[in-house]
Amino acid sequence: MARYLGVLVILCVGAVLVYGGFGLPAFGDANAPAATHVSDHYIEHGYHDTHTPNLVTVMIADYRSFDTLGETIVVFTAGLACFLLLRAERRRREDGSE
Amino acid sequence: MLIDKWPYFATVLMLLIGLYGMVVKRNLVKKLIGMNIFQSAIILFFIVYAWKDKATVPVYDAGLGDVPAHYINPIPHGLMLTAIVVSVATTGVALALLSLIYKRFGTLEEDELLRELRTDRERG
Amino acid sequence: MIHPKDSVIVEVVTRFMVPFIQIFAFYVIFHGHYSPGGGFQGGALLAGSVLLQRVVFGKEGSQSGFASRFGIPFGVTGILLYAGTGFLAQVGGGNFLQYDHLPFGLSPVYLRNVGILLVEIGVAFAVMGTLVSIYDDLVGLQTRGPDARMHSAGPVVGKAVHFSDPLSEVRSGAVRARRLAEEKEGRDAD
Repeated sequence: MARYLGVLVILCVGAVLVYGGFGLPAFGDANAPAATHVSDHYIEHGYHDTHTPNLVTVMIADYRSFDTLGETIVVFTAGLACFLLLRAERRRREDGSE
Repeated sequence: MLIDKWPYFATVLMLLIGLYGMVVKRNLVKKLIGMNIFQSAIILFFIVYAWKDKATVPVYDAGLGDVPAHYINPIPHGLMLTAIVVSVATTGVALALLSLIYKRFGTLEEDELLRELRTDRERG
Repeated sequence: MIHPKDSVIVEVVTRFMVPFIQIFAFYVIFHGHYSPGGGFQGGALLAGSVLLQRVVFGKEGSQSGFASRFGIPFGVTGILLYAGTGFLAQVGGGNFLQYDHLPFGLSPVYLRNVGILLVEIGVAFAVMGTLVSIYDDLVGLQTRGPDARMHSAGPVVGKAVHFSDPLSEVRSGAVRARRLAEEKEGRDAD
């Protein structure tokens, strides 16, 4: 019973997403709002500011470098959480000696 | 309308498969794999909308100049680089939690876990 | 995990391949300026070379390649490199992470190039340390104390030990052993 309710909910979510997808710009459109303004600025000025051909690296390590610092700290925090959950402790014996 | 946007709908299909795994399956490891599929679908969606017709890799080429119509949008690629590594780290933490749950309760099935938690709470 | 005596072919090929994987990882990091690549990809490749050794040579045999106690320190070193470059830029007179003002004495365009490279190396170390540390935690390699080896093998039944907090009790498997013993008693009594 719960499974059918789950499948129904998923189909409703799919219907809403497809209905929203009709409003997206066409695939490969060069005038889409996501591909103009800031992206144009990065492509036009990226090489001349930094002499680095790879525009993706320029974007994440120079123009948006602070975000990449935050992401690196997030990755390290996940590793730290894993470490704190799973490292084993010393056992304390019954007579008190370790 | 449906045909010229078909990559977006393929991404929605993958998203629904991941959501099915998370909601309907009862084993915790299967839910985790559903979450992974969901994350991959989101990353695919971002990469799909970065495409421009007749454009190439966003590496500056002296022959193509700095005309924005010659290079695909580099912003979603940069955002998803970190998203991929973060998804690996999240999967690691989730597996650590599952390992502790298994050591405590001896099972990874959702209904058995709920029963154990209810008897634990009744016992006080 | 494959026991080291299982296959000579696997061992020899791994021993041959690991340096090449690491050189390729460094190539991906440093060539991230001119081709797709960069810190995250190179860091994942470096972690892959260490994890290959862990899988083929076993838990103890691969400690000489990369010891488990270096996982988290490598991660911290990477983040310090990244933030250190940012602070160095502040020392030179600019804002945080403004590579124009690094105090190295090149033209501003090349200073930004150098800044990007330093930052990518930091990211690579952080990602490598974190991925290796997560794997070591899941397998049971990051243990401390004189009887640390007993933790990865399972609980010792029949000895009365006290733990400092409930989470350690769960981690060592003692709770599950107790529950299984209770169920067995219940079944024998029926």
